[in-house]
Amino acid sequence: MRPALWHASGATGVICLVLFSLVAILGILVNQQGRLPGLPRFAVTGLHRHLSLLMIVFLGVHIVTALAARHAKIPWPSAVVPFISGYQRFWVGLGAVALDLLAAVLITSLLRDRLTPFVWRGVHLMAYAAYPVAVGHTYGSHPDVQSGWLFALLLTTALAVVTAVGYRVSRRLRTVSRPHRVPHELARAARSAGG
Amino acid sequence: MDQRLRVNPILCSGHGLCAELLPEQITLDEWGYPLLADEPVPPSLGRLARRVVSDCPELALALVRQR
Amino acid sequence: MTSAALFPRLLTATGEPMDLMAHLRAHGRTPYRGGPGILIDAVEAAGLTGRGGAAFPTHRKLAAVAGQKGIRVVVGNGAEGEPASAKDKALLWSSPHLVLDGLQVAAEAVGARRVHLYIHRDPRLLRRLQGALAERVAHRLDRIVVGVVSAPPRFLSGEKSALVGRVQGGSALPRFAPPRISERGVRGAPTLVQNVETLAQVALIARYGAGWFRAVGTEQEPGSMLTTLWRADGSNAVRESAIGAAITDLLGLGDQPGQAVLVGGYHGAWLTLEQARQLTLSNLDLRPAGASVGAGVLAALPAGHCGLVESARVVRYLALESAGQCGPCLNGLPRIAATLSQVADHRSARTTSAAHDDLERWSGLVEGRGACHHPDGTVRFLRTALTVFAAEVGLHQERRCSATTGETFLPIPEASPGHKNDWS
Repeated sequence: MRPALWHASGATGVICLVLFSLVAILGILVNQQGRLPGLPRFAVTGLHRHLSLLMIVFLGVHIVTALAARHAKIPWPSAVVPFISGYQRFWVGLGAVALDLLAAVLITSLLRDRLTPFVWRGVHLMAYAAYPVAVGHTYGSHPDVQSGWLFALLLTTALAVVTAVGYRVSRRLRTVSRPHRVPHELARAARSAGG
Repeated sequence: MDQRLRVNPILCSGHGLCAELLPEQITLDEWGYPLLADEPVPPSLGRLARRVVSDCPELALALVRQR
Repeated sequence: MTSAALFPRLLTATGEPMDLMAHLRAHGRTPYRGGPGILIDAVEAAGLTGRGGAAFPTHRKLAAVAGQKGIRVVVGNGAEGEPASAKDKALLWSSPHLVLDGLQVAAEAVGARRVHLYIHRDPRLLRRLQGALAERVAHRLDRIVVGVVSAPPRFLSGEKSALVGRVQGGSALPRFAPPRISERGVRGAPTLVQNVETLAQVALIARYGAGWFRAVGTEQEPGSMLTTLWRADGSNAVRESAIGAAITDLLGLGDQPGQAVLVGGYHGAWLTLEQARQLTLSNLDLRPAGASVGAGVLAALPAGHCGLVESARVVRYLALESAGQCGPCLNGLPRIAATLSQVADHRSARTTSAAHDDLERWSGLVEGRGACHHPDGTVRFLRTALTVFAAEVGLHQERRCSATTGETFLPIPEASPGHKNDWS
């Protein structure tokens, strides 16, 4: 029973990370007002949201099966309190950190229309911190992930997210800041009016 | 008690989701920014209006009560 | 009582700035009334309305803030923003103690504990005001310490939500503020924002009473006001006059007619010469003509200048002064400005009927869709310009122009290199 639970935990953990990568990329797509071909804009936010809920489900199964499989070495509080597990203290601890951050993101997103945009956005940006922590946790938690096809999968999804983040940052750096927008727009309008 | 949609024009960055979800009340101008109907939201569209408020990526929309 | 004896009220007879000793001789010590609320009745009886442009009944603003709970704040708004208006600066220079008296009695009337004076950044004026405040402290005139806050030299600095933002320590950018500033203003506290001229009038009412205040002006719009006059001969002055004075007298339209008159500043409205000759400086006369008294700017455009060129310069300035925060304003105003500049250039090939359609469509798209009223005021200025200068538009369509001089008339500040970054 316990080896099966342990394997289930590993499998759901990897799936969870892949989902997290997709959710992150979709989130950046929403922020950049991008579209998925053939779909309306609200489908992009809808997909981002639904996949994140699916990710939470997989995350829940991942944690419960891990605790059940190793309950002697991993007491249940170590899922939320970092670095108190007997087994793989550091790597499991990273998982707890990621969970804590994601819990804050989840709760504020459920209460989205009751919060000010400033508060919601501030907490939501913590997802960017949760991602590398989750990647680290995945990598260090089991030798199977450190080589072979699982490692390739981990590397690919992480690189996809890094690329998307890089794109968002570069767009932000190239966006004209507010005080400059106005003379910029005026110059542009003058050019097209003159033509 | 009437309910009306109101947009915070500073937060709004012209994503345009709102117009897709509620074309009966919201259209987009030539620059992609929302034009809200100058009338209360009919009760049949109330649920959709609440969804539009919730789904706006910038949280720029609100439903306000007006007598 | 001849009208000569009724003036000056706000400015000094000699034009020399009034120091504290002269002020005390002329008006006495700060006219505190003994408790909150007492002054509000006098202001209501006097019928004073705001002198910052909106003409809102002052007693209602005072009552609204007085009725709130918690710490209340008073801010005197001396940042007129408008390049064509110099009255607030003139008042602060010549009669600072009237304004400072007004701040104290208004603070008493609403029960405020914090008081600020908000001005455009100006080291000389700042020194003068700080000197005046120090003298008042020495003479124990002020019950609450006044903090002077400097604002950037921008058109929108005096906008009330921008003012609140700046007084709080942030930038002077308009905010989207559904709650009223009288309920939630500086740091969430109920805030009274009043133009400095209004405060000076309040101080005078507190000292001399409502009857005195009503001795000039009209029944519906009593009192005096400061005007900034730009006459067709190129002279300009800040003058105090009774509300209801004839515009033709104020601008000397009998001697130097000019071709059109701008009323209210760059968010105001153009009038034809015929209209201006018949109307008085009062909202009763001006509102039906599509204009309003505003902050008392009156400018007579001389013959030989092109009204479209002047208007295009103004609209370009207004577009550049947008905060750029709201999509419609950021997109619409620059396009409007560029197109109007095209129309104003009689040598350009662009057909003005297409331009008119664009201007009308964009005007409709920006009106009411910003966080502040900047687009609305700009559109009003634009529409009245196109109406009043319709004949000029016709000339430009034929590649002609009535201008006989290349000089410009209306005052537009030169943009300094750091200007576009300066919102704090």
